[in-house]
Amino acid sequence: MAQSISANQKWWGGGRSPFNVEYGKLMMWYFLMSDAFTFGAFLISYGTIRFATNAWPDPNQVFSSFPLLGHAHLPLVFVSLMTFILIMSSVTMVLAVGAGHNNDRMGVVKWMGWTILGGIAFLSCQAWEWTHLYHQGAWWGRNPFINYDGTQSTTNFSNFFFTITGFHGFHVFSGVIINIIMLLMALNGTFERKGHYLMIEKAGLYWHFVDLVWVFVFTCFYLF
Amino acid sequence: MATIETHEHPTHGEGTEGKGHGLSKKAIWRTFWILLVITCLELIVGMFIAPSFPHHTKIWFNLLYIIFTAAKAFYIIAEFMHLGHEIKNLVMTIAVPAMLFLWFLGAFLWDGNSFKHLRNTINPRDVQKVESKSHAPAHGEQEHLK
Repeated sequence: MAQSISANQKWWGGGRSPFNVEYGKLMMWYFLMSDAFTFGAFLISYGTIRFATNAWPDPNQVFSSFPLLGHAHLPLVFVSLMTFILIMSSVTMVLAVGAGHNNDRMGVVKWMGWTILGGIAFLSCQAWEWTHLYHQGAWWGRNPFINYDGTQSTTNFSNFFFTITGFHGFHVFSGVIINIIMLLMALNGTFERKGHYLMIEKAGLYWHFVDLVWVFVFTCFYLF
Repeated sequence: MATIETHEHPTHGEGTEGKGHGLSKKAIWRTFWILLVITCLELIVGMFIAPSFPHHTKIWFNLLYIIFTAAKAFYIIAEFMHLGHEIKNLVMTIAVPAMLFLWFLGAFLWDGNSFKHLRNTINPRDVQKVESKSHAPAHGEQEHLK
């Protein structure tokens, strides 16, 4: 970043773009800032409640199941798989952006396809997790899990879990929809006619943001 | 006006953004491996190491998770979202407002902690006193309404 600014370059002197990016991309960054504060407000309210509560359920006891493995005690394994899927789909998204830089239409189509698949895989994992927890008796206003010290837990645990992972899942879902639209536009040759693939970059920023939020959700709900 | 036009449009193509790409496949996979290794470390610590320690040491593991999380967030923002390769103006317009999170976290977690402290230390008799006091005006109000 620093090497691109020489000493006598006046970024704010007019006549040049002071941020050196396209308008739409800058606005995507500002949208993501506002979204970061929305997620931040959710997560910090969760943190406030946890700080105000004497005991809380142990995530290693609550999130310890894996599909098809019955009652095997595998804490964190399934959610780590979900994390891996999301990181992987972020990688394919960067590769799609890279292919866009080279105006490689089939490359964009291929990597967007993998990214969409990753997003759908993540949503499927989340659907399984929610269903499993629902069958264990957890839902908004219902919490079957006891605190780590054996005392009765409040419903705050499940309320925050379902609200925040749900809000994140909704972001993943809308990201998948945006990526599908990008894929169709790429197939349609829209970007080729425009001469650039900057729309892929903007969709990519959103997708990486979803991955970024998951990193925090993962820490706050499954590790703390 | 003509100068503005020539500066605005090359950004759409390869022109001015070209030198800051940082989109080499090597760098992408390097970031991927860093993220994967950190996630695996979190998994190992969370699954095997932390449960064998008594619960009051949890705070130190949480500190470790915060460091891991911050590292992952840094690599996602700097490499995948490409902010590390943008010019300083853009980095600052994102990084400076994000500083609000420091106050946000500090103030609200402090508040939560204070609430727990008050709830654990408050004397039930004091609560009754407050309640009996607050009952009096309520009766007065009802009479007033009649």
